Parts: sequence; structure tokens; C-alpha cells
Amino acid sequence: MISDWIPDILFYAYAAVLLASALAVITVRNSVHAALLLVLAFFSAAALWMLLEAEFLAITLVLVYVGAVMVLFLFVVMMLDVKNREKGQGLSNYAKVAIGVTLAMLVELAMLFAGKLSGSLPEKALPRHDAHYSNVRVLAEELFTRYVLPFELAAVLLLVAIVAAILLTLRRRPDFKHLDPGLQVAVKASDRMRIIKMPAETTSRGDAS
Amino acid sequence: MSLSHYLIVAGILFVIGLAGLFANRRNILIMLMSIELILLAVNTNFIAFSSYLNDVAGQVFVFFILTVAAAEAAIGLAILVVLFRNRRSLDIEQLDTLKG
Repeated sequence: MISDWIPDILFYAYAAVLLASALAVITVRNSVHAALLLVLAFFSAAALWMLLEAEFLAITLVLVYVGAVMVLFLFVVMMLDVKNREKGQGLSNYAKVAIGVTLAMLVELAMLFAGKLSGSLPEKALPRHDAHYSNVRVLAEELFTRYVLPFELAAVLLLVAIVAAILLTLRRRPDFKHLDPGLQVAVKASDRMRIIKMPAETTSRGDAS
Repeated sequence: MSLSHYLIVAGILFVIGLAGLFANRRNILIMLMSIELILLAVNTNFIAFSSYLNDVAGQVFVFFILTVAAAEAAIGLAILVVLFRNRRSLDIEQLDTLKG
């Protein structure tokens, strides 16, 4: 049956694109190219999540990450005028040691998969749901009942992030003329004009000028 | 597709992100992108386990990770902009004022 093979083919295709674009993100010299390749990696990961029947999170990944976070990255990359990395500059003196550490970690993960975890992982196929199953409904029922307090705390966290990000990047330029609404509201009539009483002066004809 | 296929892909993605963190010491921006890759690998692990074990709690957790990671990216980029204004450089190796 050819239709049984379609999810497998899609998995391998998207996984290959995901890993290739992730590898390209960390090796290209141009920061703009890296950001765009990261967008491709996020899209491929969203497709993998879709294959795992996590539809809401897949769409959220595309909307929030590709739509907001990566656009923010691209804005910053283009705003900062970063010079491209030159050839031979990428490897610092201890980067080779670090890459060795990374390779060791990869080997350890592979040994973990091959040895310890191979028997204990569930080998059954992905449990498929019927056509009436709604991932959004199930997720929302959990999120708004059992996890409602963390949900509200996440909202507070986002507010804190907004305030922090704006406050960090706000800068007052002393040479710019700008209004201060607080001073404008606090002004009183007596600050503008002061009426003082003084005796009328008589000028003699001789020293009129 | 079994669960271990997804776990292997997520593991390789995690290691790629970690290697990017080490290899790109000249550019904090690429390091932030590597952190995003690592978080993506972790989220893929969560969703794979959640789907194969038929437990939706993992997907709720991924939802919160996405929220916190978005806040982290926003604040991190804001710090980066301030840093670039002050130092005119994104090189990690030059940020050694506290080194003594």
C-alpha cells in the first residue's frame, strides 16, 4: 500500500531539510542568511510536529516564531550593520576542543539510544485519532483547567518582557527637542505670568531717553 | 515511524545547536540562533513523547516553553542592541571587562 509510506517519506524529507538548514545556520558567514535558514528550520520542524498530530503547536510555531521572533531577529540583524565573518575567523583557539566535546556528546547520545534506551522506549506506532478528534480542544481543556495559573503567569511574564525590552532599548537623546507631558500638565497660571504692583513712575522731561 | 526516529532527529538537532554555540564565538547573534535551535530540539522531544504516549501534558509544556523562549528572544535582542550601541561589536571575545 503506497499510502502507508507517505508519512515515512514526509518524515525523512522534512527531517533532512531540518538538519541541513540547522547545520547551515551555524556555518554560513552572513547573518541575514543564517536568520532566513533558521526560518526554514522552523518550518520543517512545524511540519514534523504536524506529522505528530500536534496541529496547534505546529501552527503556533509558524505564527509566533517565523512571524514574530524571526522578524525581530531580521530587524536586529539589518539594524546593527554587522560585518560578515571573514574566512578563518570562525575557529578560535579553543573552538576545536569545543567541537571535540560536541562530537563526544553525539557519540554518547548514540550509545544511549543504542544501548540503554533501545528496550525501554515504546515501539508501537503513533496512536492515530479519529476524524472528530480536535487537538486544539484537548489542549485548551488542559490549559484552561489544570494549568490555568501557569497560563496567567505566562501572560504576566510576557508583560514583563515587553516592559524590559522597551526600557532597555529606550534612549533619551539630549540634543533632541521633545515634549514632557508631565511638566505640561503640572504647569500653573502663576508660572506663566506674574502681575506685580508697582508705583507709577514719573519721567521728567530731561532724561526721557 | 517509531518514537526513536523523532528522538534521534531531535538529538542531532540539539548537538548541532550546541556546536553552533561553541563555534560562533565571534557573533552573539548566531549564538542566540543556536539557542533557538536547542529549544526547538527540546520541544520536538516533548511533542514526540506526548504523541506516542498519548498524554497531552507534554504539549502544554511546549506551549509554555514557546512563551518563555519568545520573551527570552525579545529581551536578549534588546540587550544585544544596547551592547552594540556601547561596544560597536558583537564579538564575545572582546567582552572581557569583568575578566580582571
